[in-house]
Amino acid sequence: MKNAVGRDIPDFLLQGGREVFQGNNYKDGAIYTKPGPTVRAAVKPEESKILPSIRDAIELCGLKDGMTVSFHHHFRDGDYVVNMVVREIESLGIKDITIAASSLGDAHDPLAAMIESGVVTGIQTSGIRGKIGDAVSNGKLKGRAILRSHGGRVRAIEQGELHIDVAFIGAPTSDEYGNARGKGGKSDCGVLSYSVADAKYADHVVVITDTLVPFPNLPPSIDGVDVDYVVVVDEIGDPKKIASQALRMTQDPRNLMMAENCARVMAATPYFKDGFSFQTGAGGPSLAVNRFLESIMTERGIKMRWALGGITKPTVDLLNKGLINCVADTQDFDVASVQSVHSTPGHYEISTSQYANPVNKGAFVNKLDFVILAALEIDVDFNVNVVTGSDGVLRGAPGGHPDAAGGAKCTIIVAPLVRGRIPTVCDRVVTVTTPGESIDVLVTDYGIAVNPSRPDLADALVSAGIPLVTIRDLKMKAYSIVGTPDDVEFDDRIVAVMEARDGTILDVVRQVKKFDLDISDAGVFDFKIV
Amino acid sequence: MAGTCEVTSDPKKRLRRTMLFLNAQRPSLMKDAYIYGPDSVILDLEDAVSENQKDAARFSLYNNLRSIDYGTVERIVRINGLDTPHWPEDVRASVAGGADGIRIPKCERACDVKRIEAAIEDAEREFSREPGCTLIMAAIESPRGVLNALDICESSERLFGVAISGGDFRAAMRTKYYPSGVEMASARGNVLLAARAAGVQCFDTVFTNLDDMDGFRAEVIMNREMGFDGKSIVNPRQIAIVHEIFTPTDKEIREALRVVRALRQNADEGVGVFLVDGKMIDAAFLSGAEHTIALARASGVLGEAL
Repeated sequence: MKNAVGRDIPDFLLQGGREVFQGNNYKDGAIYTKPGPTVRAAVKPEESKILPSIRDAIELCGLKDGMTVSFHHHFRDGDYVVNMVVREIESLGIKDITIAASSLGDAHDPLAAMIESGVVTGIQTSGIRGKIGDAVSNGKLKGRAILRSHGGRVRAIEQGELHIDVAFIGAPTSDEYGNARGKGGKSDCGVLSYSVADAKYADHVVVITDTLVPFPNLPPSIDGVDVDYVVVVDEIGDPKKIASQALRMTQDPRNLMMAENCARVMAATPYFKDGFSFQTGAGGPSLAVNRFLESIMTERGIKMRWALGGITKPTVDLLNKGLINCVADTQDFDVASVQSVHSTPGHYEISTSQYANPVNKGAFVNKLDFVILAALEIDVDFNVNVVTGSDGVLRGAPGGHPDAAGGAKCTIIVAPLVRGRIPTVCDRVVTVTTPGESIDVLVTDYGIAVNPSRPDLADALVSAGIPLVTIRDLKMKAYSIVGTPDDVEFDDRIVAVMEARDGTILDVVRQVKKFDLDISDAGVFDFKIV
Repeated sequence: MAGTCEVTSDPKKRLRRTMLFLNAQRPSLMKDAYIYGPDSVILDLEDAVSENQKDAARFSLYNNLRSIDYGTVERIVRINGLDTPHWPEDVRASVAGGADGIRIPKCERACDVKRIEAAIEDAEREFSREPGCTLIMAAIESPRGVLNALDICESSERLFGVAISGGDFRAAMRTKYYPSGVEMASARGNVLLAARAAGVQCFDTVFTNLDDMDGFRAEVIMNREMGFDGKSIVNPRQIAIVHEIFTPTDKEIREALRVVRALRQNADEGVGVFLVDGKMIDAAFLSGAEHTIALARASGVLGEAL
């Protein structure tokens, strides 16, 4: 059955009431009952929650074959927790486990071997890349991976589609009762936003920390009332990789030009007025937008009411200069943001449900004026792919992309027209991760295009003297430079399902086709030295 | 008309606020630098290209000239110097590729320009290019070149302008870069005088410290105040600053329009000197005002000011 972004979703995936994507607001007004976790009462005041090892925690939680365990990705590529826990699961002979992580990165390459050996047979995540991406795309995972946005993950938990048997929550600090924070300790990550839903909805909750602090560890991100056990280990992560020292502001003239144009686009819209709200990614051009934004804000004498999402130093700087009133933080990428959250007045931690769950009653993304996002590919219908590479292999993360894009009044994609020989603007993206209806403006190094569904924005930009081109012009320009790409070839087997924020099916990812490079007719190379 | 520099549809007189150097050895740089909107690019076969890569760079240059649409951006090639064995092939490749002009480095005498001019004429015949379509600019880099600037400026019908190149000049003068620009004062003054006397354009030297954007801005302001037409630049990040400073402001354009209008009106009425906005104006102001208007038109801002 074809969905609203033109993707054919096989009927066998549509059993048990699963539906195809039918537009961003399709689930408005849907009635559902939240599931409750099964809880073991901890009544005795004298009983300790501290266990000597992760192995003990796994055993006491009763983890068995076929169960689901969850993790967060606040430690980014510095994370030790996922690998430590899965190694213990393997050594206990438990298999057929589903890993439900808020995201997985290069730090988790060892999971690829667990996929091959059958310890891990299910993956539900936002990010999937490196060796895990290769393993899944090559059909090594026994089950089908489910890819969700950050908001979509919390939705799946809060609607009972993702039931977590045991949540393992790495925490920079915890007290003996499991009141855990992202602040302090030696593996400081600032916030624990991604784990809040896991703690509330999992049957068993294990906090893993390397810094035990005296009770009470206030204010906790993870509430001790939800925590069964606390395990103290030597190190939960590599602090250098958890928070980058300083994300270097790009000096690349191409990125700077795109960033400046992006700021000009923002300033030309009716939403750019005192009290506006804003979210941006941590990538080169997106990060650089802050710099140009600051000068326009100062020039016009306007301030930002609030900034949202993953936070970096440029946002903290604007907060400290009084150009932002407050920051709603779900993740910290660098030392500056880690230090600032909970310390700088106006810099608050929020949960991922508050951030982006589309079916709760108050997601922050819905109140965004602007979001600046990147794209691996964007097609002529403005559908964006941020999860599969041009070779069809899983190598990215929807993250908060579909959430912020879906919520914001003005969603701007910033991307170079071509990357090497790969066109960014194309006829049809390999995988739709964010539907085109969420995207308003595309800023490239070769021109700016506005989604035809937003003639109001196009008028505003033209009135401000910003020249526009159509996205089809951009695609033609890209193809004229690098040629028209052949379609990526896949096998039939579906290895991953890309869920829309509301749980309907946006797209599927198929196993990549194995092919042997036939060089017999590749021609004879004749080099003559003259 | 000596002494003024009209900005017209004459290719020799076109707008050249920014001339962006690009290393011809790096196709990735050359492939789309027009997206940054410089007025001209200078595809460099000379100093940026190492001695054993001259052939490869020339090959890239030719293919770039032949295959990439630079739109309205002018494409100049900096060839290797007359003291090298490379320049004859450089000229052939540039003309065959259809370059808009050739920049002669280390130009010291009018006869240097004549030699290149002859080679260009041959190449235009060889590759069936329209005779005279390949323009010339000369880079003056030495004390002798500075002293011969007027001869150089008047050496060829093809020559649209001269550029000062500070690196070699500073070394020859036994000095170095100073923020005040005092070390370049003799060259800037002399070459600019010669260019204006000959009625050709004049461009200032590059500013290479990309971390010092304030120093760059100060130098560009000085360039405009001295009367330069533009500047050689080394990075796209410098374009916006030069264009901002070299493009007349709305106020300047409105003043120029008032001056031109008042001069015409008063001439009709037989009045030679009069006041505009409290300033004494006579016929000497006409060419300056007309230049401002022409510059505004070429920069695409005349309509906004009207």
